[in-house]
Amino acid sequence: MRGWAAILAPTLFVALLLGLWEGLCRLLAVPTYFLPTPSEITVALAQNAPLLFVSAWRTLQTALTAFVIVSGLAGIAALAAASGRIVEDSFRPIAVILQVTPIIALAPLFQIWAGIDHPGRAVISLACVAAFFPIYSGVLAGLGSADPALERLFDLYGANGWQKLLRLRVPSAVPQALEGLKVGLGLALVGAVIGEISASAGGQEGLAWRILEAAHRMETARSFAALAALAIIAGLLHLVFRLIERRALAWWRG
Amino acid sequence: MSEDPLAARDAVAALEAVEVEYPGRGRALGPFDFRLAAGEIVALVGPSGCGKSTALRLLAGLEAPTRGAVRRAAERGETSVVFQSPTLAPWLTAAANVALPLELAGVGGGAARAQAMAALRRVGLAGAETARPAQLSGGMAMRASLARALVTEPKVLLLDEPFAALDEITRRQLADDLLALWADQRPAIVFVTHNVEEAVYMAGRVVVMTRGPGRTAGEVAVEGPTPRPLGFRTTEGFRHTAERLSEILRAGMEAAA
Repeated sequence: MRGWAAILAPTLFVALLLGLWEGLCRLLAVPTYFLPTPSEITVALAQNAPLLFVSAWRTLQTALTAFVIVSGLAGIAALAAASGRIVEDSFRPIAVILQVTPIIALAPLFQIWAGIDHPGRAVISLACVAAFFPIYSGVLAGLGSADPALERLFDLYGANGWQKLLRLRVPSAVPQALEGLKVGLGLALVGAVIGEISASAGGQEGLAWRILEAAHRMETARSFAALAALAIIAGLLHLVFRLIERRALAWWRG
Repeated sequence: MSEDPLAARDAVAALEAVEVEYPGRGRALGPFDFRLAAGEIVALVGPSGCGKSTALRLLAGLEAPTRGAVRRAAERGETSVVFQSPTLAPWLTAAANVALPLELAGVGGGAARAQAMAALRRVGLAGAETARPAQLSGGMAMRASLARALVTEPKVLLLDEPFAALDEITRRQLADDLLALWADQRPAIVFVTHNVEEAVYMAGRVVVMTRGPGRTAGEVAVEGPTPRPLGFRTTEGFRHTAERLSEILRAGMEAAA
């Protein structure tokens, strides 16, 4: 019973909202350029499917590339920070600045640095910045989360720093690192889209570009269709990562 | 005082007038004297917070005293500790957990694994080598923890309320098994507990501590063979020793109050 309700209730709720949207738009005769109905968006989605698919793939590639790069960088930074209090304290202001600065504000600078010929680099860099902090802090917190009793045992057996790091702290970090990676993956996609929007003049062909392009032409239904495609890949990305996370945690816990 | 006090009395570890103070909490232990002879089993009994676990950590070299001296004849890797919780790494199999102390000491993977398997067999965990800690029952996890402590064939084995989290039946079974294992390798054992009966059953000598900061309230030798014969708990000697210990324990509580 509970299983069915868990699927049925949200489905019905979304269907209800879409129905309301459709009905109100028709009833009030809202112009399509202002707010298209769900049925018009569906048609736009179907008509533009091949193009949207290519664009979605492009955005996904950007986000995943950034995710891989930033996972490595944030992981190394967290390992360095975990090596000593002083290093962690030294990193903190930069980590905090990276976290609190709206990445859209960094976009113009990144475009200058990437140069006019490589707008893609600016987009990937922005996605990296967006995803850095949660991964860094997740790995760092994980590295510090080793069971103190197990740590005492390692001391007792005369483990050196490297042995403690590789055999105790890194394995202990797995659950929290995964949590950080999950948040980071979502933010990498957000960063990729923000990067694409800010680099709109640079010939990027991602989903953000489709949204902008359609909006500029007042083809609002197409804009919504691209938005829907974005929501779908974000949802899929989250789902896939959760599956991986669950597997990894099941293995970790034994 | 010219000769080494450890060598003179065949002791493997000793605490000499040690005191331990923690910032903000005041004195946790002492002044406290303790001597552990090779191959003997000593139980440390005292009320909660008397500092008996602190004394154990001093003996293990995991902590340094604020005042006084700790003497340890055992070298690195010759002291093992078993905590109240099994403290196994969840991501490692039982065998890998047991092999860990050997690998940390530089023993090669294959040899360490073989010794770990043998240690698991000795504690009655043959067949559970590839199980993860989460798949083991409380008693089995504690056996794995014991196997890890014994795999290095330590001279000194320190046990910090190892059976406290187990049910009575498992606890008694493990107590007998531990004594049988002791008869095999004969490490010196310090067994910390707050259970008087358990102390008398396990140890040849019971040291009673006062309420914290703990000092020695008294000491009682336990007569009888080790491992314990069947029905040892019902003998007159056992009951009598337990009574005397309870008496000393009570006196120790009042003296400090």
